[in-house]
Amino acid sequence: MMNIGLSHYLTVAAILFTIGIFGVFLNRKNVIVILMSVELMLLAVNINLVAFSAFLHDLVGQVFAMFVLTVAAAEAAIGLAILVVYFRNRGSIAVEDINLMKG
Amino acid sequence: MIVEALAFYMFAAVAVASGVLVVSVRNPVHSVLFLILAFFNAAGLFVLLGAEFLAMILVVVYVGAVAVLFLFVVMMLDIDFAALRSGFIRYLPIGAMVGLVLLFELALIVGAWITAPDAASAFGAPSPDAAKIANTHALGLVLYTKYAYLFQAAGMILLVAMVGAIVLTLRDREGVRRQNIGEQVARGKRNSVEVRKVRAGSGI
Repeated sequence: MMNIGLSHYLTVAAILFTIGIFGVFLNRKNVIVILMSVELMLLAVNINLVAFSAFLHDLVGQVFAMFVLTVAAAEAAIGLAILVVYFRNRGSIAVEDINLMKG
Repeated sequence: MIVEALAFYMFAAVAVASGVLVVSVRNPVHSVLFLILAFFNAAGLFVLLGAEFLAMILVVVYVGAVAVLFLFVVMMLDIDFAALRSGFIRYLPIGAMVGLVLLFELALIVGAWITAPDAASAFGAPSPDAAKIANTHALGLVLYTKYAYLFQAAGMILLVAMVGAIVLTLRDREGVRRQNIGEQVARGKRNSVEVRKVRAGSGI
């Protein structure tokens, strides 16, 4: 219990990832909170990568976590830009209204 | 050992608790603030793992840039958040069900997971002794040599994201007077001074 091993970190990451999925379902209408849930899931993935990197003594995990961080930042910027443009055009960000291209 | 374990449990508990609050709290501004708290505690976990550089990057990039960006958007858009929460209770059971199933599967994986016997020979970049080379130094030694092209690609991704965000949100508003320097410089005597004959007593 007092000896922190790899499985402890994996458990925390699994719980955080599950919270992210849960948040996507819970806030079906609020895109901003959905984006935040996605960020939480990416954070969980990063914890996994860094934990494996530390316990297997391989630095590649941390390099990869850095690339995940880069992509997450880019995704947040683009997502929020799309959100701002959508709000400017429609006056709302409700996900249920975003079905113009449904065909 | 005790201190490390206590620090781990504190960081993990606060990270998980603030994660729960991110998705369940009523006000999105509070939600962003709890996201920042979760990132800080994840950075603490990274420090415990010996990945100091990533911990600091997490604080700088996520707390300093991404979370503030979220905060700006939440506060800038005039949204009726009460209406957006109307389906909250309706989606609670299915969300909880999917979450529990996923957690169960992840628990199965974590419980049954073992290291492959030949994993030691498959190392990409064995991490050096932390007492001799600091984490940041070691990461740089790997990143700028072996993964230089991927590093450049990451930079390109950020550049494309920046250009994309600017292109998406830039707009030309009607009725705004802008300074056109080329027009001002090209202006000469011929097209700016007009000579008219004024008849006495009548005006122009």
